[in-house]
Amino acid sequence: MSEKTVAAISTAQGEGGIGVIRISGDDALEIADRIFKNVNGRKITEMKGYTAAFGKICNNGEEIDEAVALVFRAPNSYTGEDVVELSCHGGVFITKQVLRAVLSAGAVPAQAGEFTKRAFLNGKIDLTEAEAVIDIISAKSTSAARAALFAKEGVLRKKINSVKDDLLSLAAHLSAWADYPEEDIAEVTDDMIFDTCNKAITALEKLLSNYDSGQAVKQGIDTVIAGKPNVGKSTLMNLLSGCERSIVTDIPGTTRDIVEDTVVVGDVILRLSDTAGLRETDDTVEKIGVDRARKRLEECGLLLAVFDNSRELDSEDIELLKSAKNVPAVAIINKTDLKQKLDINYISNIISNIVYIAAKSGEGHEELVKAVEKIAGTENLNPSEGILSNERQRLAVSNALSSIKEARDALSLGMTFDAVTVSLEDAISQLLELTGEKASDEIIDRVFHNFCVGK
Amino acid sequence: MKYFAGNYDVAVIGAGHAGIEAALASARLGCKTAIFTINMDAVGNCPCNPSIGGTAKGHLVREIDALGGEMGKTADECFLQSRMLNRGKGPAVHSLRAQIDRRKYSDTMKHKLELQPNLELRQAEIVDIEKSDGGYLLTTKMLAVYECKTVIIATGTYLGGKIFVGEISYESGPDGIFPATELGKSLKKLGLPLRRFKTGTPARVLKSSIDFSDLEVQHGDEPPQPFSYETENLGENKVDCHISWTNDATKQVILENIHRSPLYAGKIEGVGPRYCPSFEDKIMRFKDKPRHQLFIEPCGLNTEEMYLQGMSSSLPEEVQLKFYHTIKGLEHCVIMRPAYAIEYDCVDPLEMNATLEFKSFPGLYGAGQFNGSSGYEEAAAQGLVAGINAALSVLGREQVVFTRDKSYIGTLIDDLVTKGANEPYRMMTSRSEYRLVLRQDNADERLTPLGHEIGLISDERYEKFLKKQEQKKEEIKRLKSTVISPCDAVNNILVSRETSEITTGVRLIDLLKRPQLDYEALKDVDTDRPCLDPNIFEQVEIEIKYEGYIQKQLKQVEQMRKLEEKLLPKSFDYREIKGLRLEAQEKLNKIKPLNIGQASRISGVSPADISVLLIWLAQNK
Repeated sequence: MSEKTVAAISTAQGEGGIGVIRISGDDALEIADRIFKNVNGRKITEMKGYTAAFGKICNNGEEIDEAVALVFRAPNSYTGEDVVELSCHGGVFITKQVLRAVLSAGAVPAQAGEFTKRAFLNGKIDLTEAEAVIDIISAKSTSAARAALFAKEGVLRKKINSVKDDLLSLAAHLSAWADYPEEDIAEVTDDMIFDTCNKAITALEKLLSNYDSGQAVKQGIDTVIAGKPNVGKSTLMNLLSGCERSIVTDIPGTTRDIVEDTVVVGDVILRLSDTAGLRETDDTVEKIGVDRARKRLEECGLLLAVFDNSRELDSEDIELLKSAKNVPAVAIINKTDLKQKLDINYISNIISNIVYIAAKSGEGHEELVKAVEKIAGTENLNPSEGILSNERQRLAVSNALSSIKEARDALSLGMTFDAVTVSLEDAISQLLELTGEKASDEIIDRVFHNFCVGK
Repeated sequence: MKYFAGNYDVAVIGAGHAGIEAALASARLGCKTAIFTINMDAVGNCPCNPSIGGTAKGHLVREIDALGGEMGKTADECFLQSRMLNRGKGPAVHSLRAQIDRRKYSDTMKHKLELQPNLELRQAEIVDIEKSDGGYLLTTKMLAVYECKTVIIATGTYLGGKIFVGEISYESGPDGIFPATELGKSLKKLGLPLRRFKTGTPARVLKSSIDFSDLEVQHGDEPPQPFSYETENLGENKVDCHISWTNDATKQVILENIHRSPLYAGKIEGVGPRYCPSFEDKIMRFKDKPRHQLFIEPCGLNTEEMYLQGMSSSLPEEVQLKFYHTIKGLEHCVIMRPAYAIEYDCVDPLEMNATLEFKSFPGLYGAGQFNGSSGYEEAAAQGLVAGINAALSVLGREQVVFTRDKSYIGTLIDDLVTKGANEPYRMMTSRSEYRLVLRQDNADERLTPLGHEIGLISDERYEKFLKKQEQKKEEIKRLKSTVISPCDAVNNILVSRETSEITTGVRLIDLLKRPQLDYEALKDVDTDRPCLDPNIFEQVEIEIKYEGYIQKQLKQVEQMRKLEEKLLPKSFDYREIKGLRLEAQEKLNKIKPLNIGQASRISGVSPADISVLLIWLAQNK
């Protein structure tokens, strides 16, 4: 475990009202003392936990800002270490100045997620909570943040716990009944086992089916916008990314043919790529572009196929419709403000989701959002029901589910209760691992994977 | 005047179920051994139920036998009636229980001790124990001093024993035998922290005063099964037991007199077992339960004393009479020995290693109720382990740690030395996470090779065991290669067992996989079946039927083994790992677990702490 004291700006960077610099580690209080001059002269190292002081931040004798210092003493802090939080005036320049002062006073810069990592390693939060914090930090849409927040607050855990508790009380009943054959403990009936198993199966299946939508919320869907030149792809792209520009990130490293952008459509994150057209060509360079576009199209999670309402279907449109057969797709009929020449029936035989827009005026935007949400399965997604947010969680639930099904099948086959119990206990142990109530090697592997804890 | 009376490799204090196994194991391994009993007539006494085995306890007896211990054999020799409990609930929880003749059991065990080479049985109260250069000095009440390389304390309920019957209390061991009053002080002086536990037993009543006419009879199994793999002819069941029920009137008597219970009046400081509560405890804790079951069990063939299982009490004798008299069949019963509670000194088992040797006192071992357990079988299991390890250490051999994945014995000891005991510890099948692997039928497969390696299983018995394993393998091969063709004879059986008929040839092994079928059902169509030990058929059938589930459990065993392979340092101050919570640091420093697996079972060490330990281990490789 790192013994170094780390510091970072822990508020969002921007022109906010207040900027907070968090210092955590053994020397946090000493380091703060080197740069913080308390108005009443008292040193931070002399202060108790959960107290605050007002003073000035100085670097090499030069006054940078006024600030409030909040003192937390180990283990009663977020990270479980000694922590000082300096609240200074917001703004990129000032907070960076203060951080620079802190670093020159002996702290080292915190890595992304490092406070959380320390909180986890110090036993302040368990793995699911830590994962949730990481998710919040990297959340790209409001819904993702909301889901992550719910995870942190333990909605997922509550959900899992209720399944687990049912299984545990059944297992306990089975044990008591086996261990005390001479006490008149109520017999465990087949129906009791079937009921409990079925209830658990329903709950876990719900969680699993939410997972893919959850992934759409969290990770985003690979989306291709395709259509012949001049059909309005770029306008559509601008329309889609218009509202939430601030959290759009540019992903570098793309080719000149595929332009990538991440946009938020409703609750769904779309990783958009605009492709070159699919027209037949002899031009070698263009051919490479077309091939690449076609491949991209075959692998995408969502195809937004754009058609021009004012032109008749041509071979390129039909080529596009062929590709649309194998992927989730929305047909977007653009330029509805112009006279219709397009054979929409032909399109609707292949793509059932049709949205009419006039990209230039922004008309049809809402319908488009709905169609996308429908395909992503998020239209009815309620993060407060608990969402599995990563592969580890999904695997645990899916293993638990198959164990419970095994228990149920064992019983239907006429196996004895001890065989049923083996499967039930396996399910329980999977769920315990999910909530972090049981430690295992796999969890630790995941920690090493997520938190870059040096070996 | 003290006098020097001799020296021993291994000395065992107490000749109850723990002491007997300890002494026999040590003597059989070639160590000069002494066993001290406070009363020569109390060797192998069964002061509570006249039965051996029961759920999970039956597993322990089979395991003791598979390792070369004595309890199973003696129980077979003294058996009156035998039943396999939980028959319908699956092989993992099948447990054998036998009613035994308690006087005969005691005499038989005493005689075995007397006949055992290398072993000396002495009536003597040990009053003092102190460290010496070569081990420990034991002093008897008669001032004989013995020098012993190793000592096993197996004092049961005798150490500081105190009996409670209502308002009456007096210092005593069980059954009116003297308690050991001085040894406790000496142990405290030595530095062993002692604490008080309590247990209790029901009354013995006169058989002729019981009206059996309306009581449900409980017969033994036909044929009865033995505990020991070496018992060839067990004989017939000799007695019946009877079942009766308490009623509302019984409950009323208890409620009206509960203030006279020493436990409820606060006179008993010792902690009693939740799992084996007195009757008044059951009434007070489960007030809504209208009735409780009780079993009336004979104590032997040459006695009229009957044991009332389930009716343990520490209420005054007159109250006992009153509530027994409310019970059907017992309306006029005469109490021969009253029920009582007994409080005694025991040690915190967290002070011990999994070898049952005290961490701070090399050469000093503990076993049985002294270690915080309850029950004859739990005691015998620990006695065997303590005896083996004391002997191995004297012989300069490596001591043995029994693991959870191989035995209930290992589970019992791991629980005691890892989790500690806040109340008398009783074995239960639910204590094991590997029930389908640790069955009572395969105890020999799990432990007899180890017993042979230790030296308690003779070459002859081991050869026999190997032959049995060979036959078992052959039988499975035969089942795989024998194909049963569809015909009326087969399909009639299948139909009568409510399973689907066959239309093509089916391997015997696939038929046996069906839960509805067993060896018995198929005997008429399985014409080439060899004549084998019935235990082989039993094991084969279970392994075939439960194969998938057994595999699943073995996978769990493997996962745990991975954690058990991550060894923790023996001497290390866990306060140095800052990420551990304070409670975890303290517990880890106290228990000093051998590996991560054991650490994960310590109460007060959370999974988060285990994660921290794992990361710390990985970083400090």
